[in-house]
Amino acid sequence: MSRRFTPKVVTANDLLEGDVIYLTADDRWSRHHHEAELIEDEAHAQLRLLFAESQRDRVVGAYLADAKAGPRGPEPTHFREAFRTRGPSNYPHGKQEAQHV
Amino acid sequence: MYNYNDFDRAFLAERNAQFRAQVERRIDGSLTEEEFRPLRLMNGVYLQLHAYMLRVCIPYGTLNPDQMRRLAHVAETWDKGYGHFTTRQNIQFNWPKLKDIPDILDSLGEVGIHAIQTSGNTIRNTTADHFAGAAADEIEDPRPVAELIRQWSTDHPEFQFLPRKFKIAITGSPNDRAVTRAHDIGLRMIRNARGEPGFEVLVGGGLGRTPMLGAVIRDFLPKADLLPYLEAIVSTYNVMGRRDNKYKARIKITVFENGIDTFKAAVEDRFAETRAQFSGVDQQILQGIEAQFAPPAFRNAPVDAYDTAYAADPVFRAWADTNLHPHRVEGYAIVTVSLKAHGATPGDASAEQMRLLADLAERHGHGELRISHEQNVILPHVHRADLPQIHAELQAAGLATANVGLVSDIIACPGMDYCALATARSIPVAQEIATHFDALGLEQEIGRLKIKISGCINACGHHHVGHIGILGLDRAGVENYQITLGGDGTETAAIGERAGPGFAYDQVVPAIERLLRAYLAERAGPEEAFIDAYRRLGPAPFKAALYPEEARDAA
Repeated sequence: MSRRFTPKVVTANDLLEGDVIYLTADDRWSRHHHEAELIEDEAHAQLRLLFAESQRDRVVGAYLADAKAGPRGPEPTHFREAFRTRGPSNYPHGKQEAQHV
Repeated sequence: MYNYNDFDRAFLAERNAQFRAQVERRIDGSLTEEEFRPLRLMNGVYLQLHAYMLRVCIPYGTLNPDQMRRLAHVAETWDKGYGHFTTRQNIQFNWPKLKDIPDILDSLGEVGIHAIQTSGNTIRNTTADHFAGAAADEIEDPRPVAELIRQWSTDHPEFQFLPRKFKIAITGSPNDRAVTRAHDIGLRMIRNARGEPGFEVLVGGGLGRTPMLGAVIRDFLPKADLLPYLEAIVSTYNVMGRRDNKYKARIKITVFENGIDTFKAAVEDRFAETRAQFSGVDQQILQGIEAQFAPPAFRNAPVDAYDTAYAADPVFRAWADTNLHPHRVEGYAIVTVSLKAHGATPGDASAEQMRLLADLAERHGHGELRISHEQNVILPHVHRADLPQIHAELQAAGLATANVGLVSDIIACPGMDYCALATARSIPVAQEIATHFDALGLEQEIGRLKIKISGCINACGHHHVGHIGILGLDRAGVENYQITLGGDGTETAAIGERAGPGFAYDQVVPAIERLLRAYLAERAGPEEAFIDAYRRLGPAPFKAALYPEEARDAA
């Protein structure tokens, strides 16, 4: 019996800046987790990951991360992914500092 | 210290130009990430959680003031105004942009610093005793040999694709401050019965998921045989080491699976060949390097200013008692500048702080700086008369914390705040332990203690050799921390033993407090440090303090 598929988002790092990015439903890369496409179907998830990996002059290290639906859009479910939406806890650097783009 | 010659400068400029072209090809898409990754790693460029990271080599932990100022310049120009000193005596910049990294490397190259082989399955930075050349207990300054190893191992054609990374540590002192038994190769300078200098050679140590202490492969290796012998060890490992399983690829597993006797026999066979190939040119080069490490012109002056400040100023006295170490020259001291202000990130220094340290080294420290694997900065040669002035300037920059060797002088890896491999955070755990015991006012009372924290099993934070080790893990999607007890990274090295089940993030500080209160209650007296009490009493009273409910149930 295969495990039930849990919802995912496609995430990666920006090639030039290294910042965390998320694939949106309209094929953009967003800096914000809540703008990501929440993928609920396993086959579709694989297709979206392949699409992300094909953009080799744009993104690095694309992978599928667990997520869940929230009021503003997808939210991370694991603490590692939650840290990636903010930045480090010892300085207000990264996304929590910039809130840019 | 060593100054680059024309060959070094030309080599580095060419290497940086190659990498600049590789970065350009990656950015324009003509190199894939799979193709680029090994190239960037060989030049110290990682991709972490939030950004790229550049790891810059500080060979055997030695810097001159110009190099320190250049690190400050890099931090301000291309990063966020600070750098992180690591447990391998390197510095990491956490926020560089990929396109800027070639400029950073060129800038560093101008002052003789590089990032070559700070990653990848190669021979990494050779770490050394941070008191090298200054310590009262030293046989010989190990840094000329460490520099020889750097020159030999850098771009060594046979050793660019080893089964796994390879780390060498060296000490010139019987008191091991370089954790030599936890390295792939540990070198301890000794003298034989005839008074000739040489090395005790250890092999197969390492931390990580299978922690092991190195075994002696040669109890006395003549100094002149060092490079051919190292070449024999590494080339034997290159052939015998496993490449089928990343977790079994380090030399510690090669030695463990084959047995030290079999491995040693293979090394000695290979040594017969390598020794014949070395023509002695390495020893000529070593002589040239040794001349560059000639001791500075120490001065002979009264120490009245020190004595007066020590008697009159309790803050200075507390700092002097914890942060100074005996120097081999009368009237001098070794100063450890703590990068562990209570609540600060262990090992971080701002650009301003780096510049002050460079200025102090230039004015009062014969132009020398060291980075310790314990993530502090050392001024190795300071005349005692200058200490009150130095202390005052450090105070003004937030660098005069009197806590070296105490509960808040914690080693912590970057953990999940930065590292892509981490399974939990380390930095905030260190910050909270430091501020908690400072608020309790127990730091001086607890005395000598080494707490070391790693945010994953790879053990960059050396938790196995901490008197108290803390290992952060991911347990079913929640941060969880295992505590190990009784570890030791010195000449009496020991791997700490796991105390029991892990603790939730917010239960770590209370657990450490119970542990240390039990120590205070059980110790023979203030002179008996935690590690000594642990060795005398065994783990039982400490486990009982960590797990009071289990102790009650068993009663």
